[in-house]
Amino acid sequence: MKILVCVKEVPDAAAPKRIDPQTKRLDRGGEGVLNEFDAHALEEGLRLKETSGDGEVVALTMGPERAAATLRKALAMGADRAVLVSDGALAGSDLVATGKALAKALEREQPDLVLVGQQGGDSDGAVLWAALADRLRLPLVSQAASLEVADGKARSKRQTEYGYDVLEAPLPAVVAVSDAINEPRYPSLKGIMGAKKKPQETLSLGDLGVEAGEVGEIGSRTTVEALGDPPKRGEAQRLEDEGGDAADKIVTYLEERKLI
Amino acid sequence: MTAGTLVYVEHHDGEPTKDSLGVLAKAASLGGDLAAVVAGPDVRGLAEGLGAHGAQTVFVADDEQLEAPLPQPRVDVLAPLVEERGFENVLFAASVLTADVAAGLSARLDAGLNWDLTDVEARDGGLVGTRLALGDSVIVEAGWSSTPRLALFRTGAFEPGEGGGGTAEVEDVSVELEDFSTRTTMLEQAHEERSGPSIEDADVVVAGGRGLGEAGNFSLLEDLAKALGGAVAATRAVVDAGWYPYSAQVGQTGRVVSPKLYLACGISGAIQHKVGMQSSGTIVAINKDPNAPIFEYADLAVVGDLHEIVPKLTEAVRARTGS
Amino acid sequence: MTARPSDFRPPFDPAQHTAEPTDPADERIDVGALVVGAGPAGLAAAIRLAQLLEDHPETRERLGDVPITVVEKGKAPGAHLLSGAVVNPRAFRQLFPGLHSEDMPFIAPVEREGVYYLTGRRATRVPAPPTMWNHGNHVASIGELARWLAERAEELGVTIVPETAAAKLLVTGGRLVGVRTGDRGRGRNGEELANFEPGSDLKARITILAEGTNGHLAGVANHVFGFARKPQTWALGVKELWEVERPLERVIHTMGWPLRGAKRYREFGGSFIYPMGENGVAIGMVVGLDYTDATLSVHDLLQELKTHPLVAGILRGGKRIAWGAKTIPEGGFLALPERFSFPGGMVVGDSAGLVNVPALKGIHYAMRSGMLAAEAAVDAIGPGRTAWTPGALDGYDGALRESYVWKDLERVRNMRPAFSRGFVRGALVAGAALNSLGKLPPRDLTLEPDADVPVFVANGASQPYPQPDGELTFDKLSSVYLSGNKTRDDAPNHVRVQRRVRREVAEAWVNMCPAQVYEVVGPASPAGNVVEVEVTASNCVQCGAISAKGGRLTPGEGGSGPEYREM
Repeated sequence: MKILVCVKEVPDAAAPKRIDPQTKRLDRGGEGVLNEFDAHALEEGLRLKETSGDGEVVALTMGPERAAATLRKALAMGADRAVLVSDGALAGSDLVATGKALAKALEREQPDLVLVGQQGGDSDGAVLWAALADRLRLPLVSQAASLEVADGKARSKRQTEYGYDVLEAPLPAVVAVSDAINEPRYPSLKGIMGAKKKPQETLSLGDLGVEAGEVGEIGSRTTVEALGDPPKRGEAQRLEDEGGDAADKIVTYLEERKLI
Repeated sequence: MTAGTLVYVEHHDGEPTKDSLGVLAKAASLGGDLAAVVAGPDVRGLAEGLGAHGAQTVFVADDEQLEAPLPQPRVDVLAPLVEERGFENVLFAASVLTADVAAGLSARLDAGLNWDLTDVEARDGGLVGTRLALGDSVIVEAGWSSTPRLALFRTGAFEPGEGGGGTAEVEDVSVELEDFSTRTTMLEQAHEERSGPSIEDADVVVAGGRGLGEAGNFSLLEDLAKALGGAVAATRAVVDAGWYPYSAQVGQTGRVVSPKLYLACGISGAIQHKVGMQSSGTIVAINKDPNAPIFEYADLAVVGDLHEIVPKLTEAVRARTGS
Repeated sequence: MTARPSDFRPPFDPAQHTAEPTDPADERIDVGALVVGAGPAGLAAAIRLAQLLEDHPETRERLGDVPITVVEKGKAPGAHLLSGAVVNPRAFRQLFPGLHSEDMPFIAPVEREGVYYLTGRRATRVPAPPTMWNHGNHVASIGELARWLAERAEELGVTIVPETAAAKLLVTGGRLVGVRTGDRGRGRNGEELANFEPGSDLKARITILAEGTNGHLAGVANHVFGFARKPQTWALGVKELWEVERPLERVIHTMGWPLRGAKRYREFGGSFIYPMGENGVAIGMVVGLDYTDATLSVHDLLQELKTHPLVAGILRGGKRIAWGAKTIPEGGFLALPERFSFPGGMVVGDSAGLVNVPALKGIHYAMRSGMLAAEAAVDAIGPGRTAWTPGALDGYDGALRESYVWKDLERVRNMRPAFSRGFVRGALVAGAALNSLGKLPPRDLTLEPDADVPVFVANGASQPYPQPDGELTFDKLSSVYLSGNKTRDDAPNHVRVQRRVRREVAEAWVNMCPAQVYEVVGPASPAGNVVEVEVTASNCVQCGAISAKGGRLTPGEGGSGPEYREM
């Protein structure tokens, strides 16, 4: 079984600042090598391979060359192979552009199972997996809090607002795993040192057969108009509890604002 | 705003979800033609009721194949509808289901999708959405460079309207599903009623910190949360001390929440906690230390003993709401 | 009333951090040369080793599949590094002959500089002492230096292993044969969690300890091999990075306010304010840890410093974007180890105390010492030889003593200790030492360990530091947040201190720690004025101050601690 783990999501435009060594200016954009990748999807892939006793786990990411460091972490944890999709034209890609390029990279691999990480309540979480499933024309299972693969089918408990559904999809399929699904392992020292020896390839857009015009800012359908500080909260009010009246005052305050 | 907005209305147990009605109300306020779409068997009655919330037309995809709340068949329903009718905007209230529908639709139509929006406005003939990023510490204005414009709105972003106005025309749409869309099947559907909302979904969160004094005092907060219909959260310090479970932890190393009302009881408000709740609609803080950092960003700062105030507050809330 | 931190010895036993190798052959890792710490010293050693091995193929073959490995406890090289910094490019030129200054990973050459003596309101320009003449030096970020050096090292085939703490020395038969890496995935009480991953034995033919200030294994190695008998002393530096609107056009150092010159306080130090590119400023406060007032807080002194008109003017309209803290070994020449090598290993850089405090320089000495260690290493592990043969590494000691590192430190050896006797007296002695090129004063001054200095709590009010305003001045917790520290809440406690100590000592710890790790719980016992100390180890940014003042920092779980980017 070939399991392909996407370890990257649509980049966030508002990343923390650093000094750009080229321009010598403090740089607001881009990500540094210290960003976390979602290890839950990778951990699940490794567990499935270990349970089934055979298979290949491939870690795939899309990003600048720096992203190779993220892939090495995946290899250190136990992935067998890594693929980096990197091309200058990809910078500034939104969901549409990213989805196009990634889908082509996934098609090239023809995996049996595509695993993507999905943060639980994280407001910065992207929605990439559903876009990929549609482009690849594969069945989708998301918010997987548990996953089993048997007889060519993936069965999972999907976490919803109303409790757990049980879903099943025949392979090949796309599964997005929630961070409740497992506790990612720490790589062993042997794993870390062996990572360098595992196969890693870098693909450009040309390798994927994707036109530059389909990706990047040109290929995107959304824009970031502005970045700013969140609006300051309005005038604050202060009150002291005198003779036990605070509770009533709070209730009045809440009623005025239609909060109760 | 020019013509042509479609709002996806999700439903559960025969009722439209509150968040969907909220998005519908917002869409109505933006002006222009407004339609809604509902998918699933036996939803005509529900669909008719949406006219009262501002929809002029409601499209109904009534089909047994849509019974299970799975996303991919819904993309098959929406894609031709959006293309044929030329909708400029397609709006969703975010949920586990709609996030996948919106993203799938984005891929199907090569249409831009902005998600986790907390607001949207008409601007220059188009739309601009507002989004908070980086643990809600940065505000982003997100736009679209083409139509249709797809948008997912954060839970609780908009309140439903009163539901006073008009009637809607209900139109059936045909349902033709792709092969791959029906391969995922639902063996069991979730049916548990939660005992209260999770801290991420709750409109009201009552949170406790070291000022509570001991684990047992969380019962005071549980009573208050019950009276307010909310959820109980905790700071890292008290979770570390074993007073409350990690699943309730709000902050840098816990969850980020943005309820309409956040009641911080006995919480000093260090930044590690602040980043988990700073975009809450209204923050009320009760602390006996007048210099607690939380008072710098609370909307209502209450200096006093929470052991006295919280039980009285619970009583007062019960009295006013009859709960 | 006073109390001495050293009266409360930390519950730390170096013997527990020494072990025989136990992993079976298929689990342990064998490397050729092992470097502990991916700072300038360690990376320079690794690079130099790689360069030399290209000319010594027979030696290279002996080193196996992984000839050179650098282990680093931080998330990546640079994550735990912090410095001013103004760097002397000399060592870069030695390590990369032919490399032009423009291609070195510096931010800009020092063009103008000024030294100021501050009072609460005024700033008086004073002539810069010769030790602080920075013509030809460059402003740099040590984190950026480390990243650049790490890239060069990897290009040369060095294996860098981040997120890996070197927790124990592997010693067998009186020889250092490598290190044991730390466990990951333990809970607060040491229990194994679901994803527990034990450390591994990492065996090497030669081990270079480059752990920086107050190196953990360097301390353990000293216990085993006894190469450093003289006490070391430290200063604590707290630093911030600001984004500003107007570029700062000079390198600034200050002395005086907010430190007090009276002898009884023993407050030695000053500040640095450096331009970091066109719209960045690095500002830091550095104070010797031999002060006596238990309410002194270097973090808050930095906040106070920012309110001075000279400094506020530089930062006005700007935004704080980074914060961090780290100690610097201050003892200089008088605290140097008797030997820098022992069977199977060497110490380099800050771990060996190779810092010139009057000049505020240590990076080029760190790199130079790393290079010299590499040269001795290649010699020692050549065909037919081992690093455990008596005298095998004497070449390193010899080369170090012949180098400019030694000579520079010797010349300024009495300057810092003189300041323990007060600012004016110190300045006089320092001046004399300078003018005589180190021949004066005639007798070397002695160093007193920081933890031996009794501390007192002033009756009544504590130091009136400014209340943080959230725009110019900030509290400790929001600063820890900016350090990128995401240490998991349930990680085991890596800080070793006694929990019941005299109130004066506890207060000293509470105020000293820039990351608010320590808290006094409950009132003092009436009998002995003893209080209980609570430790929130997950706040710790691993600056090392506690090790100087009565406790002992050990490495946290690999990957934990701060995530400095450009500090």
